[in-house]
This record gives sequence, C-alpha cells and structure tokens, in this order.
Amino acid sequence: MAELLFDGPDWNFDTLRRTTEAIEEVARDDLGLDVYPNQIEIISTEQMLDAYSSTGMPLMYRHWSFGKQFIHHERLYSKGAQGLAYEIVINSDPCICYCLEENTMPMQALVIAHAAFGHNHFFKSNHLFRQWTDPRGILDYLDYARNFLSRCEERYGPGRVERTLDAAHALMNASVFRHRRPAQPSLRAEAERAEKRIEEDERAAHYLWSRLEAERRSDPGEDEIVQRRRALGLPEENILYFLERHSPVLEPWQRQTLRIVRNMAQYFYPQRQTQVMNEGCACFVHFHILNRLHEQGRIGDGAMLEILHSHSSVLFQPGYDHPGYSGLNPYALGFAMMRDIQRICEAPEEEDRAWFPAIAGCGDWRGVLKDAWANYRDESFIQQFLSPKVMRDLRLFALRDAESEETLRVTAIHDEGGYHAVRDTLARSYDLSSRSPDIEVLDADLAGDRILRLRHTLRNDVPLDPRESEATQACLRELWGYEVEIEELQS
Amino acid sequence: MTHFIDRRLNPKGRNLGNRRRFIGRIKAHVREAVDASVRKRGITDMEAGTEVSVPRDSLGEPSFRHASKGGTREGVLPGNREYRAGDEIPRPQQGGGGAGRQGAPDGEGEDDFVFALSRDEFLDIFFEDLELPDLIKRSLAGSAVHRPRRAGLSVTGAPANLNVGRTMRRAMGRRIALRRPSDAALEELRDRLFALEAVFEPDAEQRAEMARLREELEAATTHRKRVPYLDPLDLRYSHFEPQPEPRARAVMFCLMDVSASMGAREKDLAKRFFVLLHLFLRRRYETVELVFIRHTHLASEVDEQTFFYSRESGGTMVSTALAEMHRVQSERYPASEWNIYAAQASDGDNYQGDSRDCQSWLEGELLKVCQHFAYVEIIGEAEARILRDAARGTELWMAYREVASRWPNFAMRRVAGSGDIYPVFRDLFARKTEAAHG
Repeated sequence: MAELLFDGPDWNFDTLRRTTEAIEEVARDDLGLDVYPNQIEIISTEQMLDAYSSTGMPLMYRHWSFGKQFIHHERLYSKGAQGLAYEIVINSDPCICYCLEENTMPMQALVIAHAAFGHNHFFKSNHLFRQWTDPRGILDYLDYARNFLSRCEERYGPGRVERTLDAAHALMNASVFRHRRPAQPSLRAEAERAEKRIEEDERAAHYLWSRLEAERRSDPGEDEIVQRRRALGLPEENILYFLERHSPVLEPWQRQTLRIVRNMAQYFYPQRQTQVMNEGCACFVHFHILNRLHEQGRIGDGAMLEILHSHSSVLFQPGYDHPGYSGLNPYALGFAMMRDIQRICEAPEEEDRAWFPAIAGCGDWRGVLKDAWANYRDESFIQQFLSPKVMRDLRLFALRDAESEETLRVTAIHDEGGYHAVRDTLARSYDLSSRSPDIEVLDADLAGDRILRLRHTLRNDVPLDPRESEATQACLRELWGYEVEIEELQS
Repeated sequence: MTHFIDRRLNPKGRNLGNRRRFIGRIKAHVREAVDASVRKRGITDMEAGTEVSVPRDSLGEPSFRHASKGGTREGVLPGNREYRAGDEIPRPQQGGGGAGRQGAPDGEGEDDFVFALSRDEFLDIFFEDLELPDLIKRSLAGSAVHRPRRAGLSVTGAPANLNVGRTMRRAMGRRIALRRPSDAALEELRDRLFALEAVFEPDAEQRAEMARLREELEAATTHRKRVPYLDPLDLRYSHFEPQPEPRARAVMFCLMDVSASMGAREKDLAKRFFVLLHLFLRRRYETVELVFIRHTHLASEVDEQTFFYSRESGGTMVSTALAEMHRVQSERYPASEWNIYAAQASDGDNYQGDSRDCQSWLEGELLKVCQHFAYVEIIGEAEARILRDAARGTELWMAYREVASRWPNFAMRRVAGSGDIYPVFRDLFARKTEAAHG
C-alpha cells in the first residue's frame, strides 16, 4: 500500500506539490496527456471575483462593464446566492491555473487534476486552439492592450476611449473570422508594428477625401459596384475588421482599439465552440486520475468521498421540468459522452457495434479520446460520438417551437426511430452560427451616400432582437460615422 | 514542471479603476440616490455609505442577438418522462421551457441593478464640485508626521538602500588608481604564453620570454587579488533623513444663538449645517478641531453636548459670541498656523443696536483671520414666504449684508427647512467656475 499523499482537509505548499507530482505521473504515464508547463496560483476570494469580472484573464484593460460584472458577482456571492468557481484556468503557456485558497486539500487535488491537466491538455491539443490562439503571447498582448488604452485615456480623454470601447464591445461577437484564418504574427510583434503605424499615420496628412473631387457618373454600373466591393474586400463577416480598415471617421488610435477588441473576440472564439468538449475532457481526466490514485491507496477514502461529492454536484443534470433547470449542463453531457466512448471501446454491445464500428471493442479508448479532443469541436463531436445509450441515460428529446404552430411539438425522443434526429438536432444547436446571428458587411459606397449596408442572413426565420439591434446599430453608426442599414435575407 | 505561486498577498482593489468608471457611468443615478438618502438621514449616520439602484436599461451592453420569439427553433432537452415523438405540448405562458435557448445573458427585465456605495464614494459624490473658498495654509507646528527625504550618501545603511551607481563608480575609480590589471590584459598575457608554450623545442630567446611572461602573469594575478573588484570601502548608501511634514490644520468655530427663540427645530437645522461643514473640512484637512460657542446675552465656550442640547434663557447679544470667538482664536489658534473657519447660526434676533458691534467685530478682527465665515439665518416656513427678498430682513441681516458686500470670505444664506440645508451648503461652496473663466 502506497503512502497517502495528504491527510485531512488542510493544505500547504508541500502537500500541493506532492499531490501535483502524483497527478502528473498518472496524467503522463497512464493517460499520456501532453500539457503546457503549469503555473498554479493560490488566490483569495476577492481575487477570484476580480478574475470573474475580467473574463477570467489575469490582466485586462479597464472598462466600466468589468466594474459592473465585479459588483454583480460580489453581490451574488455575499448574499450567498452564488458560490465561487473552485478554479479558473487560462489558455496560456505556461498554463495559469487559479485555485481558491478556501478549497480543502481534496478539492485542490480535484481542481489541479481538472484544470492543470484536463483543460491544459485540451488547450494544447485541440486544433481550434492551436490554430486560432497564441497562448505564448496572450499575456504580453493583454499587457500591451492595457497600457495602450490607458495611454489613450490620458491623451484623448477617458470619455472618448469609453465610447469607442462601448461601441466595439457591442460588435465584438460579430467580429470573428469564422472561416479564413487571419495572418498570425506574434501578438507582441503585431503590437509594435501597430504602434508604429499610428505614429506614421498621425504624421502624414490625410488625403482620404481628395478622391472625391474626381468626376463621377451619376449612376454606377454593375461593374463599378463589383469593383468597389472587391476593393473593400466585401462581403466581410468580421465587422470590426472592416471598420478598422475602412471607416472614414476613425482616428488611428481608435482603429487600434477596435483591433484589440476583435483580437480578444477571436481569442475566445474557440472556447465558445468547445464548451462541452473542454469541460467533458477536464471532468474525464480528473475522474480517471483521482480514481487511479485512490486505487493505489494514495488518496484516502474520506477524501475520495468528498471529491466524488463535488464531482457529482458539478455533473448534476436536472430534467427540463426541474426548477433548477437551465439548459443542458455541458459538464454532464461531455463527461457522459466521454465515459461512454471508454465503455464502447472496452465492452461494446450489439448496438454499439452497429453505431460505432470503427471504435467498438478496439480497446484503445485513450487513443480514441485523444483523437477526439484534438480534432473535433462541440458540434462535430456530438454528431460523431453521441451514442444511443447516452441519449437514453439523459432521456433526451427534441422539441420544436415554430411560430406558425399553436403548440410545441416533440419531434423525436430517445427511441429507435429518434436517435438520429435527436443527435442531429443537438449537434446543430451547438453550431455557433445557429446560436448567434449571421451578419456581414455587404456594401459601402465611400464616394457616394456612404451608407454602410449589412446583411443578416435569417436562419429558420429567427429575427434579431429589435431593441438590441437598434442600440447596436447606434454603436455602429458611431464607428462608421454615417448611416447604417440592415437587410434581412432568407437563407 | 509545475510552479506554485502564492498570490494571496498581492495588493487588493485591482478592480477599483473599473469600479470608478462604472460609477462615473451612472453618475446621474448615483447623484440622485445620494441626494435622496441625505434628505432622509439623521445627522449621526451622515457618513455611512448608501445603496444605489439603477435601472438595467441604462447599463445595457447591446449586441446583435436573436429575439426570444419568432421563427422556428429546435432544441434538445433532458429528462423526458412521458413524451413520444409527435406529441404536442401547449406553449408555456412566459419564458420557461420551450426550445428557445437564448436566455438573456444579463437576466434582462429583472429588478434594477443594485449596489452599495462605500462611505468614501458617498462623500466624494456628496461633496463633488464643492471646494474650499480659500487657500489652505500649511504649517510645521504640531506636526506629528515625519517623512523620509533624500539627504545625500552615507557609508553605512541597509542593503536595500545601496546606491549601486555611486558604489560602482567609486569602485572603478579605485581600480584605475591602483592599476588593477584588467581582464583583457590578463587574457592577452595568457594568450601569448599559450602561443609560446605551443612551440615545439623553443629556442633560448623564447624560453626567456616565456619565463618573463610567467612572472608577469603571476604578478598580475596577485595584484588583482590585492586590489579587489569591489571593496567594502566603495559601498555607498542613499541616506534618508526624516523631515517633518508641513500639515494643514483647521479649526472650525460653531457659533449659535441658544436663547429661547431658538427651538428644537432651529437647533436641528443649525446642527445639520454644522455637521455638513465639519464633514467637508475633514476631507480637506488631516485634523479639524471644533470649538463650540453658544450665546444668549452672554457667550461661553462649551462642549458639543451642551451646545446642542442644553437650554438657556436670556436675551440675545450676538456680538458677545464674536468677542468670545476672537478671544479663543487669539489665545489658542494663531492665524499663522491654523486655517480658521466659522459657521454662525441664528434666528436673526438681536439686541437693538448690537448689530453694529457685530459688524465692527467681524470687519475689525475676525474676517482678517478667517478663511471663511458662513452665516445661516434660520427662519420659519411662514417667514420664508415673506422674506424671499434678500434685501429685506432683520437688523442683523441688514448689517451682515453690508459686511458681505465688502468681504468675499463672508457668506450668508437663509434656511427654512431641512431640505434647504444641502442646497444652501452647495451654493456656499460651489466651485466658482465663472470666476475661473473670467
């Protein structure tokens, strides 16, 4: 019997280090995880609230909305309406993982296995994160952004910076490259280049409008429109990117501000697409590692019970009619699917052989899971791996809410005839383009009426929220300087 | 490879910048809440923070998002019990259930956004745009605070105060003066020696050269040992000397008529005014001393309790209070060291002919030393309707009006109800922007 790693609820840096080493051993030798070096930081509750309000990042530029977040969470927390997360982990290299000082030692073990190895491995291996984020440069970039914006506040006044940021934040979600991948100089190099650009722009005279003098035909022909749009790179799905490059009214520092905001949006884009997988991966990893340590006799029964208790409360999935229901719990769904993949690989049944011929009974669940973690996102992962057993266990059913019909309709349930439909529907609902509206910049005639034309492509006839849309257009007008129009297109 | 970092001792309040911006954003609401709570509050808890509630609309962060209604949505829900494919379910009345997954992220439509202002934030907003009407005098007397000031260099000190630049400069000077062989010189000797040693079967001349080089090298090495790179003699520390910090001290004289004509209502109003002034001064000065002088036809210095709550009877002679203030001030608070403020509250009654004396006390003595002298006349609600015109009033009021026209540091206002106190106070100390522009 091996020696216990720790005994009792109290932790100190010795037990933390010892436990982390044991966890790392299992993670490396048993699961074969590949992680960034870890940097585990112990923080107080106030610091945790700080991190909450700055979207989990260790540093952030200043903006009133973060103050609002902080007050909001602080109030909920002090009323006891909301507990704090046990940890926050940041997709950076080294991977920063915040652990709350109030956690007991078993909780710290859980949190370290979950975040410092589960999430960490996912960040390092998943293709979305590898392609779209720069974990090595993100902290430098945030530092640069914060200094840049605070210098702007000094030079141009806090009010103007705030207005620009407000407007940029409103467009943040509509400002990611979904399809093409932006050129990726290191963020630091980009920051330096951008600053030089600002200096030179300021030095140079602005002849933007001199072109207006030229003679113009009264109505532009088809060709001219096509050419004009091509010159502006339209249509463009990334609104802030378009404004940054082509807005006629922005000053250089404002263009740089838009760039910062859209870089942040792009950095968080993979996280929005991999909620189920990311949490599922982390839960699977902590569950496997801690059970293994328990089997080896290095974690005591009492500690294991505490771990399992918080494990199961995090993974609790209330039914749709439960008062505590607020959508599918990504932890529960991800964990259930990954455990089921393990089962299918090791002990498949007839049904599994029919559904997953490639992996059923192959025995190498580690390989299958690692491949899934690396190459899928929520939508494709569900489409590929959601098994009938998981659908039955969670008792999933698909429901349609059509405006044209009097009642809601159950379109499929967890039975032989419905498995495919439920799986497809669930996968579709994790497709980001069905969650947030699809809006792109269609046209802007800089030499003519200068109206910025956007196109909202409707999906299933779901309209934009009119009040929100109106307010967002006002932000857009502020950044564009002229009128803005949105047209709707049936897909 | 795992690093552990203990961040718990990092400085707190990282979010204050954001909080300040947030409060700035909702200034109008905060101002309203502060004004409202000041009106409701007793005097004693004037300093506590307050709750502010802001309608969520004004805090919106808009974005393009889907409406909660309209179109066709399809979603998957857990926990099915009795439904079969094709079942129809009546639409739930509001929110709840349904396949729409777009919960409003901020819980829009809920109650107002409520948060608590701290005491300091409360007072900041409370006294915003107000300023003290005169320059602050600073003096060294009575100063308890000493601050370290740079005072040259010393040869001893704590390692943290080591002046690296100075130390290295001295070390270099010493090395040059004592001709310490440099690294490069030593290296060159060694190279030449090695080159010679590499020669196979050296001739006599080369041998002699080698011996000479060895000697030189030996000498240089011992010399280097004797003259160290850095010697304790070189060390210089930045020296700090504690110097007394000039302090701004203020004394506030509270003068009040306590004759029978001043009832509980009048005293309460006067007290509110005094409390406001005291709070205001406390924010500008490290120490504010209070002197309470009450008067009927006689004046005396009393403690706070007696000042506000004990009753006296007698006539009314305002000039006695001014004389008493002059006595106390010249005995204990020399104008060269103290910032002197005075607030006088009265119902305007005075002994016939005494107002002239008051005038001469003020103009002859007090206003020369006072930073600011505020006079508040407390009148009844009914009187307030009659006495709208500042040009009419009691004998005392008329006498003071003359003073006010000649002395910019003298201000006077009428107060009829507790609602007037704060506006009057703001009015007295409002930042004179026109003056600044003109």
